[in-house]
Amino acid sequence: MGSTISQSLNNIWNVAYKELKTYFSSPMAYVVAAAFLAITGFFFVASVSDAFSEASIRGFSAGAIFFMIFLSPALTMRLLAEEQKLGTLELLLTSPVREFEIVMGKFIASFLMLVIMLSLTLYYVLILFIFGVPDTGPIYTGYLGMILYGATTLSVGLAASAITSNQLVALVVAAGTLTGLTVVDFVAERLSGTAAQVLNGFQLGSSFQTFDVSNFAVAQGGHFADFSRGIINFGDILYYVGMTGVFLFLTVVLLQSRRWR
Amino acid sequence: MIKVEHMTKMYGAYPAVIDVSLHINKGEVVGFLGPNGAGKTTTMRVMTGYTPPSEGNVTIAGYDVISHSLDARRHIGYLPETVPLYLDMEVTDYLRYMGQMRGMSRKWVNERLPSVIDVVRLGDYRNSIIQKLSKGYRQRVGIAQAILHEPDILILDEPTIGIDPAQVVETRALIKELGGEHTLILSSHILPEISMICKRVLVIHDGRLVADDEPGNLSERLRRTERIEISVRGADNISEIVSALRDLSMIVDARRDQSAAANRNNNEGVIPLVIDARPDKEATENVARAIVEKGWGLTNMHMIPMSLEEIFLELTTDENAGE
Repeated sequence: MGSTISQSLNNIWNVAYKELKTYFSSPMAYVVAAAFLAITGFFFVASVSDAFSEASIRGFSAGAIFFMIFLSPALTMRLLAEEQKLGTLELLLTSPVREFEIVMGKFIASFLMLVIMLSLTLYYVLILFIFGVPDTGPIYTGYLGMILYGATTLSVGLAASAITSNQLVALVVAAGTLTGLTVVDFVAERLSGTAAQVLNGFQLGSSFQTFDVSNFAVAQGGHFADFSRGIINFGDILYYVGMTGVFLFLTVVLLQSRRWR
Repeated sequence: MIKVEHMTKMYGAYPAVIDVSLHINKGEVVGFLGPNGAGKTTTMRVMTGYTPPSEGNVTIAGYDVISHSLDARRHIGYLPETVPLYLDMEVTDYLRYMGQMRGMSRKWVNERLPSVIDVVRLGDYRNSIIQKLSKGYRQRVGIAQAILHEPDILILDEPTIGIDPAQVVETRALIKELGGEHTLILSSHILPEISMICKRVLVIHDGRLVADDEPGNLSERLRRTERIEISVRGADNISEIVSALRDLSMIVDARRDQSAAANRNNNEGVIPLVIDARPDKEATENVARAIVEKGWGLTNMHMIPMSLEEIFLELTTDENAGE
């Protein structure tokens, strides 16, 4: 049994390593990272440039999570769609490798890319410490929240990549799904009672209020809000980890379903 | 080594493979022969565990492809028809990755890689990006990933399709070499290829296994007609000759020989014909006698053993179509 587990971890790592290498040898990762830094940089600057603005990463994190809706699927769209287009999935699935090992390997590769991207933003924090006296709590929780939130968006992107051999379709399906999960508060506003509560409970992150630059301090909906305020809420963690698990499981099922057809 | 028992594979309501049973022993070199869409690829996909059979059982080296899928897959090296490769990887990186996915240790891959690259003659291209390789060289990379992990069973789907003729010859030679070390199954719709490489031919048509034999035996067993070419001088017209020949019991058909070779030295009044006859030792004698008895001259007579191509056509056209 022990050898089975180590073989499994080996397979996962082999897939992850190969995908990471591919990220760095293709322009995609650099383009996505550059776009992420440019956009979040703008939000960061806008949020701390006023005369009496707060020394926090809330402006940056609000922009970051909103644009992850598009940038995460850009990182994951290739991962399974390309395997289907090239036919290499047939080789992987006829190798002694389980579907979940393939999915976990791909997810880990994209997750590490996300962590690398987020670590590139740490100089914003450095700037805060040089020019101000930021509260450290919300910075830690903000990064924790962005990592959890990012993992969820990547898992949705990976599931979308499993349903098609066309990368563009994967991108649009994933970004559409994530946008839907983000703007459920608009629908919830028009409902009442349990339905509204359930819908609000599924809200991924803050909605279009993100663009209210003057109001970063208050405008934060969804499960990300508490993280940006410096609060670690068990329910929020459960939501992101649960959603990630559900979508990764869905990806595995989508791959396995090829065998039933 | 491979046991397929009453295997049927449906795609929706469409049966791709119907009730196929076959046993392949260790070390055999077997060719799947059939036109496109006959069910060769589907049969291979079931054997490799890529797609489950709708009915029946398939075991590889004693492992069921469904219930012990991972163990079964460990014994197989597979090259699909499409030659799937990661185009943006270098040849050695790709092979290293595939080797590890097949369960090889890093050390084993590194030890094995030089000899495999040698076997498929990829030496000069080991560090090339796959995208830049020609179709023939990509095929070699595909074969290399299939043999890298030293599998007992090698399954190659249409391994020479779409590559240029010079490379086809080399690829066939390479596959023939591999047959010495592996249980080898290859599919093809090209007969000479199968008869050159394989000691056993399985003919698949419309999802059914219609023949299973040695190439030589196959032609013997299936030789339902022989072909005789003759040239006749002195007859008024061709239908006169044809009707005279049709009176013979073993003659199936006789018609004018339209081939260029037969008409090249066309002397005035000499009619070239092709005769299809049932296997009969006296066929040629009887044809000769019938011609001479009519007072015509028999200027040429030639027996042609039926080629595999024709047997194949015979096998794979509907039984009743010609009768």
